Amino acid sequence: MTRISNSAKFDETRRQGPAIWLLSSDTPRSLLLSLILIGIVACLFAAPFVFSGSQPLSTAAKICVFVLLVASYDLLLGYTGIVSFAHTMFFGIGGYGIAIALERLGASWESVAIGLVSALALSAVLAAIIGLLSLRVRAIFFSMITLAVASAAAVLASQLSTITGGEDGLSFQLPAELRPAFRPLADPILGVTINGRILAYYLIFVVTVVIFLILLRIVNSPFGRVLQAIRENEFRAEALGYRVVAYRTAASVISALAATVAGALMALWLRYNGPDTTLSFSIMIDILLMVVIGGMGTLYGAIIGATLFVLAQSYLQILMGLGSTALAGIPLLPDLIHPDRWLLWLGALFIVSVYAFPGGIVGHLRRNRSP
Amino acid sequence: MSDVAADAANPPLLPRSRTDWLPLILVPVLALAVLPLIGDVSSWVTLTIAGLAMGMMIFLMASGLTLVFGLMDIINFGHGVFISLGAYATLLVLGPLAGWASANSVALNLALLLLCIVVAMVLTGLVGAVFERVIVRPVYGNHLKQILVTMGGLIVTEQAIHAIWGASPIPIPLPETLRGAFVLGDIVMERYRVVAIGIGLLVFAAMQLLLNRTRIGLLIRAGVENPEMVEALGYRIRRLFVSVFVAGSALAGLGGVMWAFYRQTLTAGMGMEVMVLVFIVIIIGGLGSVGGCFVGSVLVALVANYVGFLAPKLALISNILVMALVLIWRPQGLFPVARR
Repeated sequence: MTRISNSAKFDETRRQGPAIWLLSSDTPRSLLLSLILIGIVACLFAAPFVFSGSQPLSTAAKICVFVLLVASYDLLLGYTGIVSFAHTMFFGIGGYGIAIALERLGASWESVAIGLVSALALSAVLAAIIGLLSLRVRAIFFSMITLAVASAAAVLASQLSTITGGEDGLSFQLPAELRPAFRPLADPILGVTINGRILAYYLIFVVTVVIFLILLRIVNSPFGRVLQAIRENEFRAEALGYRVVAYRTAASVISALAATVAGALMALWLRYNGPDTTLSFSIMIDILLMVVIGGMGTLYGAIIGATLFVLAQSYLQILMGLGSTALAGIPLLPDLIHPDRWLLWLGALFIVSVYAFPGGIVGHLRRNRSP
Repeated sequence: MSDVAADAANPPLLPRSRTDWLPLILVPVLALAVLPLIGDVSSWVTLTIAGLAMGMMIFLMASGLTLVFGLMDIINFGHGVFISLGAYATLLVLGPLAGWASANSVALNLALLLLCIVVAMVLTGLVGAVFERVIVRPVYGNHLKQILVTMGGLIVTEQAIHAIWGASPIPIPLPETLRGAFVLGDIVMERYRVVAIGIGLLVFAAMQLLLNRTRIGLLIRAGVENPEMVEALGYRIRRLFVSVFVAGSALAGLGGVMWAFYRQTLTAGMGMEVMVLVFIVIIIGGLGSVGGCFVGSVLVALVANYVGFLAPKLALISNILVMALVLIWRPQGLFPVARR
């Protein structure tokens, strides 16, 4: 019965055209949400041409990387219902893979490939081990164990300074095609001279889009449905004959692989990788904020959450600085909206989101459309 | 019916519950086993004292968390912020009473430490009550949301500490007479560590007495085993929950004070940094078990100290190794709590 309706649905989506097929029939399902998403993606796509200067381009690149990172985390948190604190570890492995390979083997595409592949392999093995060992126990155990493992990884990275550069991290050269001096075209396009930096941005953009679509495909596949079933009721899923541990482990491996790619992209963009950029616990907290505020259990939430968060990180502080100076003289209030306290307000928003909008922004927008 | 009444009046001897000695023996055996490896008795004593002091401080910080978990099935990922809060509370005392800290008098210095502890415990207890009401109460029974929302509480409270006391690290002085070390022959023992061991043992003894010899302790232990039954017998388990949560937060504040004087620097993130150790300890001890938490703390701290001396490279992951070995031996922790 279900099989028939599924295949009918599949035929229907085929008829709906390639765009829907690309989105794996999981459309935003809300006009406002669609408009926002299209707006964000269009801005990101056109970023090198619309915004001048290196700061906005860096912000756009960061948004892309975090969209990927947060989407991969959502596969774990939102779709499978497990809280891992080791996600930054995989992010860091990706970053260090690229950094170590490019620093040791020289700035070539072979080094990038070697670094990426070995980082992916390491992440997959680690994620499988952690998953198989600790996903049998209750959710709380898993969270605490991943927290311990992640902190051990961060300590290792900062202590093994001969390999990882310690606290200072590693700076390295990119392949020639990605350097700012590289000019593939003689003439500027739309008034912008295409250089290696812009190529690097588009590399990040394209990889993010492709992996995002793959993740979308995964969560809307039968495999993704099983993950959601596990999230809703573990025992029932087990009773229906699905091996919960195997599915959860697979989900954490996939999620770790995507996070590794995100880490590699981050390192490629920054031409640097260190404990603070990829491994620190504060990034883990950032990811949690982005997932929950954007919306758990929907990958579109990752786009909204990451964009909102990175923009807030870059620009909310300016706004709060204005407010803080305006309120100078009143006790404590200026401190509360001091530019450095932006995380306070996002934290409060986070708590409100968990209680009042479990689906985050995306869930809220979708609910408004069809009550 | 009359039989029951007669039994109640003259209860038959219950079979004594058997004490599980193995984990208890483990710690002294381990300590003695490394003695030949270290070779030198005086460094062994120094290391052991340092390990015990560290273990006591971790125990102080962890005991509240494990008790709260055992009774309410709540895991508070924001527990670390109570440690930081307790640490910052020392500033409230050290500010006006700076003279007591620099006075060369044991009595004044210890009184100052005690005052710091009291103020910190009151403050963290109050914040704990608010935390329970606002953050935790709506999410009883939902672990995923608990983890998320207590993380949110952690972020907000940590930022609030930044807003109130500033974001830069604050140095705090150790009271005058607690500095330096006792020297007995070759053996060097830092004074503050001895004090920390004393306070840790005192708190552990008090908790054991409270839990095993008083009515409220009986209720708490019963609540850990089966909360529904306690409720059915007519006790307001909610009130018990809240008081245990407050007590757990206050204990974290106490641990925070000890930890702050040990590090002699205050940062808002200091609680979260030590939380990793705290989690390892309560996993090793068995979630919900105070005794297990004590043994686990001492075990982890001693191993960290010995390994740091014998093989410094390995020290970084010694905690994880201890956890892995213990979990292979006893997957539910050293002293599994029956219900789970």
